Amino acid sequence: MNYLILGAGPAGVVAAETLRNTDPDGAITLVGAENEPPYSRMAIPYLLTGRIDERGTHLRKEPGWYKDRRIDVTSRRATAVHPGSKTVAFADGTSVPYDRLLIATGARPLRPAIPGLDLPGVHTCWTLDDARYIMDKARPGARVVLMGAGFIGSIVLEALAERGVTLTVVEMGDRMVPRMMNPTAGGMIKNWCRSKGVEVLTSTRILGIEGNGGQAKGGFLASLFRSKPANGGGALTVTLDNGHKLEADLVVISAGVRPNIEFLADSGIVMDVGIQVDEHMRTSAPDVYAAGDVAQGKDVSTGHNNIHAIQPTATEHGRVSALNMAGRPAAYKGSLQMNVLDTLGLISSSFGLWMGVEGGEAAEVIDTDNYKYLRLEFADDRMVGATAIGLTQHVGVLRGLIQTGVQLGPWKQRLMADPHRIMEAYLARTQA
Amino acid sequence: MQRSLHIDPNKCTGCRQCEMACSYEQEGIFNPSKSRIRVFMFDAEARFVPYTCTQCAEAWCMLACPVDAIKVDLNTGAKVVHENLCVGCKVCTIACPFGTINYMSDRGKVMKCDLCGGDPACAKACPTQAITYIDADWTGLERMRVWAKKTDAGATATH
Amino acid sequence: MSWAGKVLRVNLTNGTCKSEPLNMEWAQQYLGQRGLASKYLAEEVDPKVDPLSPANKLIMTTGPLTGTMASTGGRYSVVTKGALTGAIACSNSGGYFGAEMKNAGWDMIIFEGRAPSPVYLYVENDKAEIRSAEGIWGQSVWKSEEMIRHFHQDPQLRIAVIGRAGEEGVKFACVVNDSHRAAGRSGVGTVMGSKNLKAVAVRGTKGVKVKDFKAFMEATNAAKAILASNPVTGQGLPTYGTQVLMNVINETGALPTRNHRDVQFEGASKISGEAMHEKRLTDGKPNLVKNQACFGCTIACGRVSMLDKTHFSVSNRPEYWGASGGLEYENAWALGASTGVSDLEALTFCGFLCNEQGMDPITLGTTIGAAMEMFEQGTITEKETGGIKLTFGNAEALCQVVEMTGKGEGFGREIGLGSKRLCEKYGHPELSMSVKGQEFPAYDSRGIQGMGLTYATSNRGACHLRSYTVSSEVLGVPVKTDPHVTEGKAELVKAFQDATAAVDSSGLCVFTTFAWGLQDFASMLDAACEGGWTMERLAEVGERIWNLERKFNNAAGFTAADDTLPKRLLTEAAKTGPAKGLVNKLGEMLPEYYKIRGWTPDGMPTNETLARLGL
Repeated sequence: MNYLILGAGPAGVVAAETLRNTDPDGAITLVGAENEPPYSRMAIPYLLTGRIDERGTHLRKEPGWYKDRRIDVTSRRATAVHPGSKTVAFADGTSVPYDRLLIATGARPLRPAIPGLDLPGVHTCWTLDDARYIMDKARPGARVVLMGAGFIGSIVLEALAERGVTLTVVEMGDRMVPRMMNPTAGGMIKNWCRSKGVEVLTSTRILGIEGNGGQAKGGFLASLFRSKPANGGGALTVTLDNGHKLEADLVVISAGVRPNIEFLADSGIVMDVGIQVDEHMRTSAPDVYAAGDVAQGKDVSTGHNNIHAIQPTATEHGRVSALNMAGRPAAYKGSLQMNVLDTLGLISSSFGLWMGVEGGEAAEVIDTDNYKYLRLEFADDRMVGATAIGLTQHVGVLRGLIQTGVQLGPWKQRLMADPHRIMEAYLARTQA
Repeated sequence: MQRSLHIDPNKCTGCRQCEMACSYEQEGIFNPSKSRIRVFMFDAEARFVPYTCTQCAEAWCMLACPVDAIKVDLNTGAKVVHENLCVGCKVCTIACPFGTINYMSDRGKVMKCDLCGGDPACAKACPTQAITYIDADWTGLERMRVWAKKTDAGATATH
Repeated sequence: MSWAGKVLRVNLTNGTCKSEPLNMEWAQQYLGQRGLASKYLAEEVDPKVDPLSPANKLIMTTGPLTGTMASTGGRYSVVTKGALTGAIACSNSGGYFGAEMKNAGWDMIIFEGRAPSPVYLYVENDKAEIRSAEGIWGQSVWKSEEMIRHFHQDPQLRIAVIGRAGEEGVKFACVVNDSHRAAGRSGVGTVMGSKNLKAVAVRGTKGVKVKDFKAFMEATNAAKAILASNPVTGQGLPTYGTQVLMNVINETGALPTRNHRDVQFEGASKISGEAMHEKRLTDGKPNLVKNQACFGCTIACGRVSMLDKTHFSVSNRPEYWGASGGLEYENAWALGASTGVSDLEALTFCGFLCNEQGMDPITLGTTIGAAMEMFEQGTITEKETGGIKLTFGNAEALCQVVEMTGKGEGFGREIGLGSKRLCEKYGHPELSMSVKGQEFPAYDSRGIQGMGLTYATSNRGACHLRSYTVSSEVLGVPVKTDPHVTEGKAELVKAFQDATAAVDSSGLCVFTTFAWGLQDFASMLDAACEGGWTMERLAEVGERIWNLERKFNNAAGFTAADDTLPKRLLTEAAKTGPAKGLVNKLGEMLPEYYKIRGWTPDGMPTNETLARLGL
């Protein structure tokens, strides 16, 4: 059996590993679009802070890991998939046949239509290459504007702040991480960031960015602390919709991502926002599967198909798709939307339908002074969503409680009164 | 034959020697808050439940780790955090549906039970044999495994 | 090492919390917990002070081994000038609170002054805050714990709290922690209430370090093995709790019954540890649900019980149907034999009430026993009791009066005075079974002679936990002595008193002494703490503590005249059992005791003794 995997991110690598474990004899080819060993984007913030080196971002670290498993890793960009002839065309002009194909091409950052986004010194933070550029520019004292305080933006935020830059965050939503946190929690994170010296502007848009064509203004002291302009990038002026202008040495764009599906336009594979997959991670085309950020698969909370562009979903997709590809039928019960975020030491997480459901009930505790927050969302006597700030112990049971759909019985009322008793509730209803 | 921790809450008196033994073994200090095993108390039912990682086959934490910092110890089957590789991203802490892998703010790393390399300190310290380390054929942890299946977002073989 | 090295000083009058270093010189002389806190109290508080005035201080204190892996390393004590006695008081408790406090990095919390309005202290590691107790004041122990935990949204918070008894000025209020463990005696909770201090809530995640971990683990493992193989600590206590004693002491003829009129109780077996295991006729379940350990304890003598839902006391009160702290020997005896009540469920319910409102069941039961005697002789009538027929053996009356006392209502306010004040008020001071204002525990000194000297000389008033000669005289540990003779008892009492003072200062539980000798404590302490701890040093520390306490009490106004027993025990002979015909012969033991102690015939430590001990 000849397996071809497009995309060398977590979904692709886990799929390759699972394929090898399941089918010792198959040929496995793992194709990445970047000229890098398979790595994890999740690790890039820690590369920026210097906690790890580039090798630390690699998904598998032992020398010869891929070779030992007879996984052929190559770098080239796919341009088309032809399910009829069971081949994939690549930018280098080659065409590669497959018996089973996994599309795990992930996503790429959005670049909103704003004047000046193509200037030197304006950059996304998505690839290892991006990281190298930002590490060069974001030196202590540099003025950095971060566009977007979504989940990824907020992760980048911490990395930039730790690098000692003077950071301003501009978010068009009314709060930080609006798609992960409700207004109370998002506001709490914003206050925290501000208390740590990061300027956060919400409900604010960037109208445009202009290059100043040379050395930035900013006074004698600022020039002492600022790095030399790198790669010819000049200083920038960022214009906001509130009329203010920000001087910057670097603008980092984090305005969301979109799945890499354009190359499938003529494939006939059914797509919506991403590639539609069934519970076996199959696309509409025979022997073509999809996984990870590109796959629009079952959401355990809603039963509908959604993209959950998170690491756990990517690896679960990778595993389930590989099992099916190798002829071992496995049904995916669906992914759970969840995220965990560390903004300058404040740890937050959200799970499932954290925004609640119609007719449901919620329990909420807010400790503004200590930056602690917990909100549980219920439908009848089952938990369907949760939001937490400042919770690091046993936080995973929120997933356990939501994903198992366990009936809480008397514990529903106990949790309504004391939401922090989640661990007891979980044990009492599932183990004890 | 691989062994695993067998926990019998009926025998637990709530003394928390296991928590201290664990924190001493792992951190070199008596500190229940650093323990990988925790005793949960249900006072009104007079029930004390020691609770830790089952080293589940699904290994949510290991799968979710973006930097390959959690690996299987081939001798014990334990899923072990390699602190030199862990970047502290915490994805494993939300991925584990049992809540048995936790972030340590002071160290910026996650912690979980590693079976002490095959000689679990909690089992040795338990005065009532509520925690034992025995052949893994069928243990009380089976119940957790059943729930692991229920939680399983992944590969439940359909036949 | 092992000491956290820090004292939290809380001035309730000014609303300030301050951290200060622990006096390590004193720590070397007084070890910790009981000894060290008594030293602080003696240095900082005028012994003549009114216990309920702001000038009195209240100290919560751990020992060096609290929070360590040593078996039973979860103890803490409350030290103050006692509200019940006016003597120096030190009440010891287990549960989980002490270890949590040590894990938060505090050896001691010293409370000074009086808060202008009710407050509680919240401690999270280094952080300490005085918070308003509005809404919590007026609530029971159990409700308060729930409210505080709810407010802070921390299920792992450990809380020590007074109930309504402490607020209402019941003279024998305790400080209850973890719902059903208590610093029980001498009215330490009353002092806490007088300070408008409702509770102390602690969360600690800093951990505890010892000097030499390897040596410490060896010493504690060896000591744990001794506990496990000892028949008392390895079998008797886990199975029956301290209730293992009920039948034993009754057969010894030393179970004080009906206010010490008798020394044997015909209902003893019905309220014994064995009875708690028997299935009830009503619901087929035993009273006892399981045994529970305090923090770090490998014995696990604690009882957890569930009431019979059909019992008259709780049949329409489901809030009492959950599991909670069950009967131990002392409260089973005080609430039962002392009042002539042999209804196990009624006693369990009364035990719950004591925990719920924070009352010392020993003083409570004995005081009710005294009131029953006065009721039966007509001194107290239904007019005073509000229609309650307060006769010996009346379980309904007992439950009613206990509940009223806990809430400071009706005739309960009279019981809340304790037996000494109550009996004086009604003109029969001789009916108070107490020494220095504190009631006897469950051993009749006519049947166990050494306990007479123990009670008479105890620094906190009558108490078995100051020198438990029962161990030798009845159980034969460490050597068997004859309970009916006085010879050698002075020496025995002194040795027990000194050793116990050291044990109470270590952070460990005195129940381990059924199996451990001072050498076992020394091995663990020496591995954990700087200072070269030996058995001899511990005995010396114990003697120093004893004399320090004595000095405090002498300065407070106590004299040799207070080292005595009620007339009943000295003149009315035991009517039944092995001790039939015996009274306590205190006079044969006391002068010798003073002499061995190095005290004058008036019971004052000589200058030479004080100098020898560095006092």
